[in-house]
Amino acid sequence: MEALSPTMEEGTLVKWLKNEGDAVKTGDTLAEVETDKAIMELVARGDGILRKRLGNEGDASPVGTLLAVIAGAEENIDALVAGAGGDKGAKPVASAPAAPSGETKAGDDATPVPAVPSESQGDASVPLQETNPPATAASAGEAPSRESPQAKRGSPPPARELPSESTDDPASGPASPAAVVATGGRQRTSPLARRLASERGVELGRIQGSGPGGRIIKRDIESAAAAPPPAARGDTSPGGVDPDGRDAAPPAPPLPSPPSPPPPRFISLEGDYQDIPLTQIRKTIARRLTESIGPVPTFYLTAEFDAERAAELRIQLKELGDEYKVSFNDIVIKAVATALAEHPEVNAHWMGDHVRHFNRVHVAMAVAIPEGLITPVVFDADRKTLSEISSEAKQLAELARQRRLTPEQYSGSTFSVSNLGMFGIDHFTAIINPPEAGILAIGAVEAKAVVVDGRVTARQRMRVTMSCDHRVIDGATGAKFLQAVRRLVENPLLLVL
Amino acid sequence: MAVTSYRDALTQALREELARDERVFLMGEEVAQYNGAYKVSKGLLDEFGPMRVVDTPITELGFAGIGVGSAMVGLRPIIEFMTWNFALLALDQVVNAAAKMLYMSGGQFPMPMVFRGPNGSALQLSAQHSQAWESWLAHIPGLKVLTPGTPADAKGLLKSAIRDDNPVVFLEGEMLYNTKGEVPDGEYTIPIGKAELKREGGDCSIIAHGKMILVAMQVADALAKENIAVDVVDLRTVRPMDVEAISASVRKTNRAVVLEEGWEICGIGAQVVDFIQRECFDDLDAPVIRVHQADVPMPYAKNLEKAAKPDATKAVAAIRKVMYLD
Repeated sequence: MEALSPTMEEGTLVKWLKNEGDAVKTGDTLAEVETDKAIMELVARGDGILRKRLGNEGDASPVGTLLAVIAGAEENIDALVAGAGGDKGAKPVASAPAAPSGETKAGDDATPVPAVPSESQGDASVPLQETNPPATAASAGEAPSRESPQAKRGSPPPARELPSESTDDPASGPASPAAVVATGGRQRTSPLARRLASERGVELGRIQGSGPGGRIIKRDIESAAAAPPPAARGDTSPGGVDPDGRDAAPPAPPLPSPPSPPPPRFISLEGDYQDIPLTQIRKTIARRLTESIGPVPTFYLTAEFDAERAAELRIQLKELGDEYKVSFNDIVIKAVATALAEHPEVNAHWMGDHVRHFNRVHVAMAVAIPEGLITPVVFDADRKTLSEISSEAKQLAELARQRRLTPEQYSGSTFSVSNLGMFGIDHFTAIINPPEAGILAIGAVEAKAVVVDGRVTARQRMRVTMSCDHRVIDGATGAKFLQAVRRLVENPLLLVL
Repeated sequence: MAVTSYRDALTQALREELARDERVFLMGEEVAQYNGAYKVSKGLLDEFGPMRVVDTPITELGFAGIGVGSAMVGLRPIIEFMTWNFALLALDQVVNAAAKMLYMSGGQFPMPMVFRGPNGSALQLSAQHSQAWESWLAHIPGLKVLTPGTPADAKGLLKSAIRDDNPVVFLEGEMLYNTKGEVPDGEYTIPIGKAELKREGGDCSIIAHGKMILVAMQVADALAKENIAVDVVDLRTVRPMDVEAISASVRKTNRAVVLEEGWEICGIGAQVVDFIQRECFDDLDAPVIRVHQADVPMPYAKNLEKAAKPDATKAVAAIRKVMYLD
């Protein structure tokens, strides 16, 4: 069971898409797995035959559980299967490596080898569950050079025991070293030791610290660096590797190191935002208002927009053909995005000790699904045309309802909108999704009696309410932003310029 | 090089500078006729006369102010406080006048003056007269604060202090006056703001200043017997502080103990530790430990006074700890 989302601890096997005996290649979808967020594809991380399916449809199992074995057609996988079965499949055991088809591995049994996925096709060992460590540990895959201790806090280096003589002992799988356990999951390392480990290529994860509380210190690195390298230089690794060393096929696996996780896809790159230090008055506002009204001191700004022209715009566009159809929601997203680009003080996150103003505009839209709601994101919405937003919003909503959104599609927003107009709600307040500083709640567009030029007349009207985090947004700031939104919604031609 | 006492080294510096520049004069309680409460100005009245070596009433604020005024009109006063405990009364002139005069006059009034006298505790002088003031004084922008621990440094730094165009606080020690050491022959000065590596060793840095240098050297001797080589960094000047020298030592040894005579909270050692964590974060193999006076007014009782003061035993224990030997 691979960790398919940053927060996933357990996954439910929804459906097998390959049968036992099927040949599979790297990247083939093996099964669908329901995570805490969505239904995701579980893909093969190696080539071979799907020899054994161990997980049952509908079963939930923790990340790391052996779900299937991909191996060469002739490989002996008994030990693997037995190991998994003996433990009801709950123990993290690597799947068997499979030889690339057509190549023969001299290794005659497929002992689990928690080795590293490598670019070398000759590297036989391709464990299923290890290739995608939880994103919390992602930074550990990089050379831990001059990192701050804080950066390390949540992400101990992936603990990884190399199999040696005790490979058959299931406990010697990819288990955490004692030091990690002893310090409540956080490995303590002196800054110097961390630097030396990085310089000398010593893996912190396999070292037992001798300092107070298990802290790894200089002398631990020095003795580790002086010791012979662990018994897995490829040529001695007990699994899947040619014992007589003559076989042409595989180059020795590279020096074991933690599998490199897929590069994290950050939505916001450097330069996408500006961090604004907190002034004293802002600190005071934040502290006082939080005392008064919970962790996010929210206030609400309600405005009623005239939607007459927006309604006309919709009708005109629809007359041009279905492909030009846009919803009020699309218009509001476009208006909000355009206004946000002009008001970075609203396009902001509360970061605890500072405020972050984003230079890019990513608008999340709340989509109701049977299980609750999810907020897919229209990225760079200010730079997209109304029709682009419209088709993207439609697509995202559909994916959301099918629970097929990827994490990249529902994270990274800078502001949110929520629309209950289609349910006939004419006005409501939405709850801010921290660390965002605001969310705009959109009510139904309805004809109402209003006074225009001294006469009562019927106009299409739309009520919106913005929830504002007062630590970031003050009343006047939010009001100016809503003015900008109003101007755009009431003059929708501005949105198609 | 002649072996000279700390006291005589200071007297030499005063004599040489009084002779070198006639704008220099010495003023304070008992400095002239009595030859100084600690005899630092011995013979100077006879040699330079009562216009250059001036006795004052017991009026610390008053004569400190006269010093500031005379510096404003071009003289180079040396104000002696009988001890820095008495100088508390004069701190308004030191902090609010001398330290800020150049700045607040828009550069019109340089303040080439020295405030000097013994600092820190001696023996059984009790709570009011056993205090190390350097962290108070080093806190003030506009002041330079010198804390020589050896006769050679005392002489070389006092001469630099007298020649400096800024107000310099010069902290001596009652327990230092009789200590002896080699002092270079002839004319020399020691630059302000430069630390000195008093002992070279690769295992641990001990960073100290003033009287605590003597303790640091005892510590180095004691640990040498256990084959532990200690780098002894003598700050000599606590403001401006020689961050380079501190960093160079800690980068080499990867661990440090900071030793000072005063109290812990906001002490000089706190500043040293701050520099270390900023400059040497990736070089540290252990947290830096400070050794300092207990957080109490200095007790009078001999046994309690001993318990309250930082000493070699406490410093050795700290070094063993940062070396993970205990």
